[in-house]
Formats: sequence, C-alpha cells, structure tokens
Amino acid sequence: MKPPSMKFPALRIYAIIYLLFLFAPIILLPIFAFNEGKIIAFPLTGFSTRWFETLWERPSLHSAVQSSLIIAVLTSIFATIFGIFAARGGAMANFPFKGGIIGFIMLPLVLPEIILAVALLVLVTKVLGLAPNLYTIVLAHTLMCTPYATSVLNGAFANLDASLEEAAMDLGESRWGAFRLVTLPLVMPGIISAMLISFIISLDEFIVAFFLSGNVTTLPVYIYGLRRQSDQLPIIMALGTILVALSIILLVAAEILRRRGLRRAGLEDAGGFL
Amino acid sequence: MSGSPLITLRGVNKHYGDYHALRDIELEIRQGEFFSLLGPSGCGKTTLLRTIAGFEDLSSGTLMIDGKDMARVPANERPTNMVFQSYAIFPHLSVAQNVAFGLRRDSRPKAEKARAVAEALEMVGLAGYGGRAAHALSGGQRQRVALARALILQPKVLLLDEPLSALDKKMREQMQVELIRLQRNVGITFILVTHDQEEALVMSDRIAVMFEGSIGQMADPETLYRRPNSRRVADFIGKMNFLSAEVTAAGATVDLDVQGLGRGSIARDQAPNGAPAGPAVVGIRPETLTIVFDGEHTDRRTIDGVVDEVVYYGDMTYYDVRVPGVDEPLHLSMRNVIGRPVLDVGTPTRISWDERALVLLDA
Repeated sequence: MKPPSMKFPALRIYAIIYLLFLFAPIILLPIFAFNEGKIIAFPLTGFSTRWFETLWERPSLHSAVQSSLIIAVLTSIFATIFGIFAARGGAMANFPFKGGIIGFIMLPLVLPEIILAVALLVLVTKVLGLAPNLYTIVLAHTLMCTPYATSVLNGAFANLDASLEEAAMDLGESRWGAFRLVTLPLVMPGIISAMLISFIISLDEFIVAFFLSGNVTTLPVYIYGLRRQSDQLPIIMALGTILVALSIILLVAAEILRRRGLRRAGLEDAGGFL
Repeated sequence: MSGSPLITLRGVNKHYGDYHALRDIELEIRQGEFFSLLGPSGCGKTTLLRTIAGFEDLSSGTLMIDGKDMARVPANERPTNMVFQSYAIFPHLSVAQNVAFGLRRDSRPKAEKARAVAEALEMVGLAGYGGRAAHALSGGQRQRVALARALILQPKVLLLDEPLSALDKKMREQMQVELIRLQRNVGITFILVTHDQEEALVMSDRIAVMFEGSIGQMADPETLYRRPNSRRVADFIGKMNFLSAEVTAAGATVDLDVQGLGRGSIARDQAPNGAPAGPAVVGIRPETLTIVFDGEHTDRRTIDGVVDEVVYYGDMTYYDVRVPGVDEPLHLSMRNVIGRPVLDVGTPTRISWDERALVLLDA
C-alpha cells in the first residue's frame, strides 16, 4: 500500500509542532552542556567542554556509572534469556492457559513502577531479609525488562516458520542442535536488539533503583542527588547529553541489527521500535 | 516393485484431546513404492505422515519401519526424511549449506561431502546453484533444494507433505513428472500427502483415500477410479453420476434396474462391496457416456435426453443432459473432434452408454 502524501499544510504544521514538543527539552541538554556559564539561562555565554571535564574528575560519579553498567549488563542478559524462553514458548509451543501465562509475563509493562518498587522493597527486606544491594536491583530490573525483551523477541520468533526446527531434526539434529543451528542464528538480531533495549531501560531506570539501592548508587539516583544544587546543573546537562547520545546510538544499533537480520533471512518485517 | 512391507502400521490411533485424528489405521507400504495419502483437508493425512516422520506420537497402535518398532525412536533417528509443505529451507544458509545440513554428523572427508552435495544438486536440476542464498530462490527452486537436502541422506522413505501445492499449474505438472522420474531413479519409497486427486492418480503406485481419520479405500489409481468402493470415494476422485437402482438378482452376474437407463446386468467385480438384493446406487463416469451425433451409428444402448448446460473447455466440452426419469441431469464429457458440433442448450440428443462402465455402490 502506498502511504498517502501529506496534502494538508495544517497536518504538516501539526507534525512539526509535535516533534518540537517532544524533542525541544532534549535539545536543551547539549546546548547547556557545552555552554560556558554556570547558570542555565539564555543568552549562551560561549562554548566549553569544562562540564565534561568536571564529570571526569568525580570518583563518586565513577562508582555510580560502574554500578549502573554492571546492573544494566546483567539485567540485559537475564531479561533476554527469560524473553527467549517466553517468546519461543509463545510462538512454537502449545500448553494450557497459554494466553493467560503470556499475559502475566507482559503485566509488569503496565504495573505502576512505584507500586512495583514498594512491593519489591518489602519482598527483599522483610520477606527475604536481605539488605538492598546491587543484585537486588538486577533482580528488579530483570523483572521490569523481561516484558520488553519478550515483545522484541516475539517479533523475531513469530517470523520463524515452525517447520524449520522440525526440518533440522528430520535431518538428524537433536532438539537442542536444531535450536542452536537454525532457530538461534535466525533470532540473533532479535536477541541483540532485546539486550540493547533492556540495557537502556535498566541504565536510566530511577524509581525502583532508588528504593532498592541501599548503599549502592546508580547513575539516575546520583543525578537525582545533584538536583538541588543549582551549581551542579550544567554537570547534569553534560551527563544527560552523554546518556541521550548513548541511548540513541544503542537504539539505532539495535534497529539496524534487527533489520539486517530480517533482510538476511529474507523475512517480512513485523514491527520493531523504529 | 513388490516385496516385504517397508512400513507397517497396525491399529494406529491418534487423539488430540477429544479430537480423534487417526482411527484404526492399518497400512502396509512396500519398498520402492510411490504411495499417496489423499483426502480433503482435515482428514488426517498430514497427521499420518507426521506420525511416520516421528513428529507426532501414537495414541495407540504400532508403527514399524524396516522391521523395527519406531515407538521409542525420535524423528532424528528414523530412516525417513521429509519435504515440508513450506519447504522449510534454512533462510540463513546458502543452497549448498542447506543441502549439506544433514551431513554434519557424517564422518566423510570434506571433499567427499562437497561432491555429494554437488551430485544431489545436479540430480534435482540445480547444478551450479550451491553458492546462492536460499531466500533468493523461486518456489520451484526451493522445492528442489528441499528434495536434494532430503535425498542426500539416502533415506529408506521420503515423506512429501503437499510439496506441489504452492506451485503454479505449469510448474506443478512439470514437477510431477520430475518427481516420478526421480523416484524411479533413486528407488526410494515415496509417501506423498496431497488433496489433489489428479496429482495422486498421476504419480502413485497406490493411493489411500482418507476421510475423517480413517482410510476409505486403498488401491492402485485405476482401481480407485474405475471401482471406487463408496459414494464418498467416487465423489472425491473425478466426477461421477449417481443413479438410484434396484438389485434384482445376483449370481455370476448382477441384474439391475437403473433409474433412467433401464434393466441391465454387470459383472461381480463391478460391485466392490457385494450386491445384496434391494435398493442401491449406481455410478457412471461422465466420459463413458457418449452423445450420438446425427449421422453417427452406435451398437451400444442409448437413452434420449435434452441438453441442459454446455461448458466448452477447448479440447473438451462438458454437457449436462436431462434424461426423463432421472432426478439430476447426467454429466458427460465429449472430446471435441473435427466434425462434431458443440450442441446448444435445449438440443434433443441421444446418449449411448455401456453396462461395463457401471459401478454398484451402497445405497
């Protein structure tokens, strides 16, 4: 189907305003991050990279970045593994209450994060009797990212002809061999895509991390701590610029991989994030 | 072609919950045979094929291949290979890698395997296609890759699940001929699942016609066409006129009184299910009824009727002819030869017929 062209100027103007509304705040980040002045206000006072240099010299920031990276990497691995199980089961297997079970997996998507955070805090501290630490955040982030990973992987698995694995078994491979040699390479772009998206979500997740952080500070929690000191605002802008750039790079990478994988497999595009 | 059965199914049943997909299947397929499972969709033919391949368990009964019970043998250890309806070509591999997939566990040296792949590709008419990407192939080419990939393993049985249904008519007819030739050359037992009666008749040594999970009739194509054992089989394979009849006497021959045609007698083998006295149904194929054109002479028996419908097919013309005393118009087909006109609707006409073309079915 050929998309209708934008005939109406009113619609074009609406689209432009909409995009401005969405991205204007984000465009402010790099503008003030590279601004010389301490005060976040126009007019700009000159180009400078000093806020990035300041960032570099803060050990407390380094440890926050390190915690966040560890959490994000572990989360993306776990969430993607669970997502593979869920997506493969959903696409290729039949079992009782399938619809309901898949629904439960996707539920954290719509659960208010604050509720989830309180519930997890109670679970970790009161029921399990653990002190909140890095790994309790990994646990919580895995729970939150699994539905995203699953929905990305659903697309990859739904594209897959179920008889491909059967064909591999028919040609002498075991069930695992068929999965490893046929299914896995075909869904690999989806796997990478799911990992990158889980990574991004975990990296900038604040509420749950705030509740469960204990003595660990993640990057968003660290930024939150800086918010009251107005002299720190340009630093936050610099940090935000880095994070936005990283997010965009990762998301684009995820999408390029996903599309390249589809093309290589000669499959139909069934959605995605971009 | 004959010999001891390669595949034996005894009392095979398959249930999916309340659904009875296969009912008491008894089947013997001989070494080297081209055997077809024919039936409408949902009749269980694909389930039966997948049972033989090892993708479905039996609910009860036994399946033996080459004298071995297959109950505990998974699909990857069975001496069968399958050509899937979707062909299931691995899209991330090249043509050669697809064909070589089953050789992974083969200990032969690399060069020998490569030669086997080249030979397999040549056998299916794809010599030189090894380096192509699998997803860039046409439907007919995918079909050939699927065949090469299965045959390179020299299975005892090749299972084909509606392999031609995705191809256009010309390609399908070409592949039918190629498959028959291939099967004769390799001598492997082929089991074909199809819903296309013509395809089954063209290709098979024997056909099992299935309805609702059970086998309705199992015979060679000619017997199936000329002596169907039930109205259902007669109706599914080709076209058939059904006339109500009365069996008046049955001895060495069977005496009948057929609606519209009158009294006659037929041989015992024209009554595959026996001939109990009383009401029955008689079937007669459209091509055995012949219009006697003006100036033509026939020694056969004739009946009079009026042309009710004409469908011109180029080489053939199909007529419906209304005959007094027969509820439904009779279907008949005439080859269009020089000197024979195509009749118009409403033309009074004479039809000749032959008792030897009748088949007696249950009422």
